[in-house]
Amino acid sequence: MNPGIGYTALILVSAITTIIGFYGLRVSRTTSDFYVASRTVKPWWNASAIGGEYLSAASFLGIAGLIAISGLDALWFPIGYTAGYLMLLFFVAAPLRRSGAYTIPDFAEARLESATARYVTSVLVVVVGWFYIVPQLHGAALTIRTTTGLPSWVGAGSVVVVVCLTVVTGGMRSITFVQAFQYWLKLTALAVPAIFILLMLSGTTGSGAAIPAGTELFPPSMPLSGDSTYSTLSLMVALLFGTLGLPHVLVRFYTNPDGAAARRTTLIVLGLLTIFYLFPTIYGVLGRVFLPDLAANGYPDATVLLLPGTLIGGLGGEILSALVVAGAFAAFLSTTSGLVVSLAGVISQDVLGGSVRGFRIAAVFAAVVPFGVAMVTDSLALAGSVGLVFAFTASTICPLLLLGIWWRGLTDAGAVAGMLAGGILCGSAIMLGAQTAADSVWRDLLTQPAAWTVPAAFFVTILVSKATAQRRSSSVSRFMTKLHVPERPLAVDNPRTQPN
Amino acid sequence: MPPSVPSDSTLLLITAVAVVIGAIAIVAVVGFRLSRSYRELGTEAEHATFAALHSAAAAGRQLRNGLEPAGALKASKQLRSLLNCAAFAMTDDSRLLAWDGSGAAAKQPESAVVMGLVAKALSNGRTQVATLEPALRASLGLPPDGELKAAVICPLKVDSRAVGCVVILSKTPTAGLVRATNEVAAWVSAQLELAELSSSRTLLAEAEVRALRAQISPHFIYNSLNAIASFINTDPQRARDLVVEFADFTRYSFRRHGDFTTLAEELRCIDRYLLLESARFGDRLQVSLQIAPEVLSTVIPFLSLQPLVENAVRHGIEAKVGSGLVQISARDLGAHTEVTIEDDGVGMDPEQLRQVLAGRQDGTHVGLRNVDARLRQVYGDDHGLTIDTGVGHGMLITMTVPKNQPGHDA
Repeated sequence: MNPGIGYTALILVSAITTIIGFYGLRVSRTTSDFYVASRTVKPWWNASAIGGEYLSAASFLGIAGLIAISGLDALWFPIGYTAGYLMLLFFVAAPLRRSGAYTIPDFAEARLESATARYVTSVLVVVVGWFYIVPQLHGAALTIRTTTGLPSWVGAGSVVVVVCLTVVTGGMRSITFVQAFQYWLKLTALAVPAIFILLMLSGTTGSGAAIPAGTELFPPSMPLSGDSTYSTLSLMVALLFGTLGLPHVLVRFYTNPDGAAARRTTLIVLGLLTIFYLFPTIYGVLGRVFLPDLAANGYPDATVLLLPGTLIGGLGGEILSALVVAGAFAAFLSTTSGLVVSLAGVISQDVLGGSVRGFRIAAVFAAVVPFGVAMVTDSLALAGSVGLVFAFTASTICPLLLLGIWWRGLTDAGAVAGMLAGGILCGSAIMLGAQTAADSVWRDLLTQPAAWTVPAAFFVTILVSKATAQRRSSSVSRFMTKLHVPERPLAVDNPRTQPN
Repeated sequence: MPPSVPSDSTLLLITAVAVVIGAIAIVAVVGFRLSRSYRELGTEAEHATFAALHSAAAAGRQLRNGLEPAGALKASKQLRSLLNCAAFAMTDDSRLLAWDGSGAAAKQPESAVVMGLVAKALSNGRTQVATLEPALRASLGLPPDGELKAAVICPLKVDSRAVGCVVILSKTPTAGLVRATNEVAAWVSAQLELAELSSSRTLLAEAEVRALRAQISPHFIYNSLNAIASFINTDPQRARDLVVEFADFTRYSFRRHGDFTTLAEELRCIDRYLLLESARFGDRLQVSLQIAPEVLSTVIPFLSLQPLVENAVRHGIEAKVGSGLVQISARDLGAHTEVTIEDDGVGMDPEQLRQVLAGRQDGTHVGLRNVDARLRQVYGDDHGLTIDTGVGHGMLITMTVPKNQPGHDA
């Protein structure tokens, strides 16, 4: 591929992100347009922003790659990523918006009135965030390596640098609009080339490649479905429950004026994600036909990046390739910056005393550590890596959130015990799973641990809470009321009826 | 826990690093413990004193919130080890708060039974030594033929009023034990008085905040009504709109409930205020606004921004020749929300401003001092107003509040 494409796309996306971040709010208004309601973010915008932040490297590159390697099983990933939002909609979005807690540790402290529970939650949130950033950086490394031929660290490094610069200089002023822009950029970047490719394959544009007659999309030589029922089930548990605890997604809900708007936003997010996930699937299936070597060479995640250039030659192909690369970078930047901002909030609050300067230091810290981890590890499958992060989140933070919101009986001791139990079980299972032989009976249990670690975490949490019922926080009734009673709406402009 | 599926060698490397770090941590902790225990070597008597003081200090921390079950239980455990008795209980004036016992007395009895036992001590405020009859022992859940035959009951007094009791069970009530129990009860009483002191300090602080809660300025009412009056003949529709705005403004600022509001509601109030002021100033008053939507739901003290805007208009723009601009911005700083209010009016001498903020000078700008004092009271000294000004150079007021305020409901 022409290296110029990679450079152009990278520089363009970084520049646009920074510019919108800085100037998104610079449109000054006068008194005549003071109305606050016109300044609240409409659910549409906010939903786009959530979509922008949520659709990470795993969604953009990983799913198509996984379809290329393992066939239909990979379709469970988009289903899980999207359906997780249904859980969020039903159980978490509105109560959490009402709780007034800006981060999950804030929620833990307010609900359980315990500093220890807060610290444990903070540590877990930071660990989850870091390991969620790592696959993003792997994705960036892969993209740069594939499109420009530069070494891996350039891609990961440039994402870290852009994110640090914008966050540290306060450039994320209008972060909602930046993230919303990123969603539509990602969607366009996948949809436009996909539509061109489909048009071309269906023969309406005349020249170019066509699906060779008699090609099987799922040839017997490449596995159609290798996973057992257990691992599919376990993956679904991980994705459904893991979405609930993702730190960067929760913060977005504060941009909603009230709990009802939080629910409406979540509904729109479901729609936006559904549309988006159509396209990685198309790329994955076409990748199996036209780029079968990639999967064999160990770089299946590059399918999305290379497909447009391979199928459509000439200038058109280069433009479409540039679009896809730009979309991929939007994915890395938006998810990473969302995570870095929320991690920096947690770190600065708990370690650096919560000052504004502390936030900046924490932001750099939050971005550099995963960069280090990304440099010493190498990813085989982005979607799979992210799936493991979801499993870990589901086993640790999810019990705290669900039981904290819906069960009065949760105590600080129970929450801490549950989080530690889930974290240790899930963490060690993943560690061991990576070293287990492929034909071992334990392999499924260890590589997809969510199906047993999530219930275990819930079980420990409930059991210890029951045993320590006298530690129940005294203000639990008041806090529960706050969570579940609809709030007074934010100041709404309702013009009086004017007599004529 | 790397989520990626790293190659075996990197995984081994990470595991090895983790093991080494863990080993270093264990060695460090053990070494620290050992060095500490060597330093603490002393005579037996010193050890006993240290242990007693340690128990007392630990129990004192638990009683910092007054008589409540969770703290009382933890304190009871410490105090029982201090007195070395079979069971130690604490009550307030109506129920059993905590019971800590060992052996036969390990099970917590019914609250009513214990309250019956302490009724006399509560009413006359004097220490009682009771002999436990078999029937009473049974109702306390003790074996009827057991050795625990005596209870020492000491009232806890705050301001010479009995607010609860300390109960201990023992085989025989020796004079030493009774005296020790009395001392413990006196010490607990002192802790309770401290707790009451600290809660009244909190109440005082709250009362101060309430007293500082800004009042709508009389000048503003007078000026607004005059401005509205001037429109009644020339532009009745506008006059009507202004009266309605004025009514809404007063409803907000006279509201009784809550010391906190959201940034969005406060901005609505400022909007009404500026609408009324611009009826008076006309084109001389210009306003621009930059608000990040993410921070609209931030909780801020009630009427903490409006006085700042009023200050900008009344002391900045009004005294100035020609038109003036007030700029209001709110932005997201991660864990904080920063609100700035800037005017290009006449400004003021920083030294004079310092005097006003320190409360050494009355007169103009008391609104600023009031807001500054409330912010410091609520969020601590780090969160007072930051004001940049100079004579003839306008004024920039910056207010930074934390986004997460679990205790404050808007």
